[in-house]
Amino acid sequence: MTDQGATAEQADAVRLSDPVPDDVILRERADKGDPLLSVKGLEKHFPIVKGLLRRQVGAVRAVDGVTFDVYRGETLGLVGESGCGKTTTGRLLTRLVEPTGGSIDFDGRDIAHLRQGKLRPLRRDMQMIFQDPFSSLNPRHTVGTIVGAPFRIQNVKTEHGIKRAVQDLLKLVGLSPEHYNRYPHEFSGGQRQRIGIARTLALRPKLIVADEPVSALDVSIQAQVVNLLDDIQREFDLTYVFIAHDLSVVRHISDRVAVMYLGKVVEIADRDDLYTRPRHPYTVALMSAVPVPDPARRDRAQRERVLLTGDVPSPINPPSGCRFRTRCWKAQEICATEEPPLLPRLGDAASHQTACHFPIDDAEEVAGRSSRATA
Amino acid sequence: MVVGPGTVSDQVPVTPDPAEGSVPGKAIEGRSLGRIAWTRLKRDKVAMSGGYVIVFLILVAIFAPLIVKFLGDPPNEFHQNLIDTSTLAPKGGTGISGDHLFGVEPQNGRDIFSRVVYGARISLLIAFLATGLSVVIGSILGVVAGFFGGWVDALISRAMDVFLAFPLLVFSIALAGVIPDKAFGLTGDALRIALLVFIIGFFSWPYIGRIVRGQTLSLREREFVDAARSLGARGPYIIFKELLPNLVAPILIYATLLIPTNILFEAALSFLGVGVRPPTASWGGMLSDAARFYTIWHFMFFPGMAIFITVLAFNLFGDGLRDALDPKGRR
Ligand SMILES: Nc1ncnc2c1ncn2[C@@H]1O[C@H](COP(=O)(O)OP(=O)(O)OP(=O)(O)O)[C@@H](O)[C@H]1O
Ligand SMILES: [Mg+2]
Repeated sequence: MTDQGATAEQADAVRLSDPVPDDVILRERADKGDPLLSVKGLEKHFPIVKGLLRRQVGAVRAVDGVTFDVYRGETLGLVGESGCGKTTTGRLLTRLVEPTGGSIDFDGRDIAHLRQGKLRPLRRDMQMIFQDPFSSLNPRHTVGTIVGAPFRIQNVKTEHGIKRAVQDLLKLVGLSPEHYNRYPHEFSGGQRQRIGIARTLALRPKLIVADEPVSALDVSIQAQVVNLLDDIQREFDLTYVFIAHDLSVVRHISDRVAVMYLGKVVEIADRDDLYTRPRHPYTVALMSAVPVPDPARRDRAQRERVLLTGDVPSPINPPSGCRFRTRCWKAQEICATEEPPLLPRLGDAASHQTACHFPIDDAEEVAGRSSRATA
Repeated sequence: MVVGPGTVSDQVPVTPDPAEGSVPGKAIEGRSLGRIAWTRLKRDKVAMSGGYVIVFLILVAIFAPLIVKFLGDPPNEFHQNLIDTSTLAPKGGTGISGDHLFGVEPQNGRDIFSRVVYGARISLLIAFLATGLSVVIGSILGVVAGFFGGWVDALISRAMDVFLAFPLLVFSIALAGVIPDKAFGLTGDALRIALLVFIIGFFSWPYIGRIVRGQTLSLREREFVDAARSLGARGPYIIFKELLPNLVAPILIYATLLIPTNILFEAALSFLGVGVRPPTASWGGMLSDAARFYTIWHFMFFPGMAIFITVLAFNLFGDGLRDALDPKGRR
C-alpha cells in the first residue's frame, strides 16, 4: 500500500462506507475460529445430452472450482451477475445437487458425495431460503402445514405440539399466529418470504443459505426482510451464505464478500476491505453498478461508472485463462493463456484474495475512476 | 434503520376478510384455492346447469327401478298388443301414451322410457368405472414419468404413444368375439361390463397420463419441491404431499372431460354389438336396434337424445370446471 494512495483511499473509505448503519459497522468482529463450512475446488458440470440415446455432447460448467470458508456466526456474501453460478453453488452447499468435483466440509464432515439417506439427519443443520417467494411455498398448503413441514419430515417432537411451535415461529418472523390456517396466495411477497424464513428456522439450523432472498421483493420491503434476517442471526447464532446479484444488498449484512464470475470466485475479502479496496476489475465494475442512495453524490457516482460491455460468455465454453478477459479493459496476452490463481495481491492481508494478473492498486483505483469516465 | 420483526408494516394480508378485524385472537380460516374455484364455478350458470343435469342423470340411474315402477313398465316386458302385426310398427305410429311416455319399440313393444332409464345405468356405470381406471393408471404413470424423468419417462411416454396409436375399435370387436360367456369368475352382463371398463379404461389412460406428466414436469421445478427436499423429504412424501395436491385440479378437469368421451365410446361399442348382451338395455344397443327401423323416428330419437344430453352436460360442466380451476385465472 503506497502512502499517497492511503490518504486518498481513506477519504474513499469514508465515502463508500457512509450508508452503512452504525450498529452494523461497530458490530463486534468475532474471532474467526474454525470454519463451519469449508469448500474446496467445488465443481458442478451439468451434462448436455442430445438425441434418443442421451449421448453427452458437452457440459454447462455452472460452478467450476470454487474454494472458500464460512466461519461460525458470520455472513458470507456471494455476489455476481445472473448466470454466474450463485444458485448452483447454494444448491451444492445444501446438497440439493451433487457436485461433479471438490469437497464440502460441513461441521467437520465431507458431505460432497454423501447419500441422501446419510444426509437426512444433517439437513436439520443447514437450510435454504429461496429466491422466489411465489414458487417456494406450496399453493395447496396452509401456512401451518408449510412451516410445520420440517417437524413432520424430520420427525421432530416439539414440547407443546407442532401447532404451538409453528405459531411461535410465525411470531418470530413478524407474522401473526392467526395466519396459521391461511394459504400462501393470501399474502404479499414480503410476507411469503417471512413464511419461508420461518420454515428454515423451524429446526434451528446452524447454516442458512439465502439465495437472493429479497431480489423479488419491492425495494421498500427489502430492508425489512434483510433486517429480520439480521435480527434472527443474532438471536440464534446463525451462519449465513447470502447470495445476491449486486453488491449493495450484501453490504449491510455481510462480514465477508466473495465475488463470482462465470463459475469462479474472482475476489474474496472482508466486507470493508472489498468495498474500499476492490482489486479485481470485475468487482470494480460491479461496484459502480451499485446505485448511490444519496442524491447529493449521485451525480459524481454517475461519472465514475464503469460500464460492463458485452454479455457474460457461455459457461458451456468459457474463455481460456482468465474468464473475465473478454470484457476486461486491462486484459493482456497473459490473461488468455494463464489462469490467475486466487491469492492475496499487492500486499493485501491473507484474507483478501484476488484472481487477477493485473489487480487494481489503490492509486489507480481512484485515478482510474475519473479517467475512465472521461474516455 | 433496524426494524424489529414486530413493527413491520406489511403485516396485513392482502385480501383481508371484513370479519377478520372484529374477532381478534380467533384463528382465521384461510380460503383455499379449491374453495375459491368452487365460488367461481357456482357463478358459472352454464356449467352449473350441466352439473345439475349430471346429478339428475346419476339419480335416475340409481333409482331406475323406482322410477320405472311408477312411470313405466319393466324394461324387458313385451307389449305385443300395442304392435301392428302387419307393419311391426307400434299402433298409432309411436305408441306414446300416459303408460309409455317415450312410446314402445316396434316388433315387440317394449317400453322405451324404461329402457332409456335402465340404459343410463349401464352407460354411466361403464363410463365412470372406465374413467376411474384410466385416472388411476394415468395419474400414477404420469407422475412417475414426470417426477423421475430419464429412461423411466422415456419408457412410459413411448407406451402412451403406442396406446394412443392402437386401432382400438378393431381390437375391441375382435376381443369381444373371443371372450367366452364365462371368464374371470364373471358371467353375463357383469363380464361384459368388466370387459368394457377394462378396454375403455386401459386405452384412455394416456390422455390423463400426458396431462399429469406435463404438470409434474413443471411442478418439479418449483422451489417448494426443493424446499421439501432440503428438509430431507423422500420421493413418496414429495409425490403424495407436495405434488399430488397440485395435480388434483387438472386430474378432476380431464376426468370430467373424459367421461363423455367414454360414454360415446361405450355407445359405439354397444352399437357394434360388443357391449352388454340383449335383452339388457343400453343406449348404444337401442340405437343399434333402432337402425333396423329407421323410419320409426321415436325409437332412435330417445336413446339418441339421452346420449346427446349426457355428453353435452359433462362437457359443459368440465369446461366450466376448467375455467374455475385454471391456474391462469389465478393470481
Ligand atoms: N439443472 C441445470 N441443468 C443445466 N444447466 C443448469 C442447471 N441449473 C443451472 N444451469 C446453468 O448453470 C449456470 C448457472 O446457473 P445459476 O442458476 O447457478 O446462476 P445464478 O448465478 O444463480 O443466476 P441468477 O442470478 O439468474 O439466479 C447457468 O448458465 C444455467 O443455465
Ligand atoms: Mg440464482
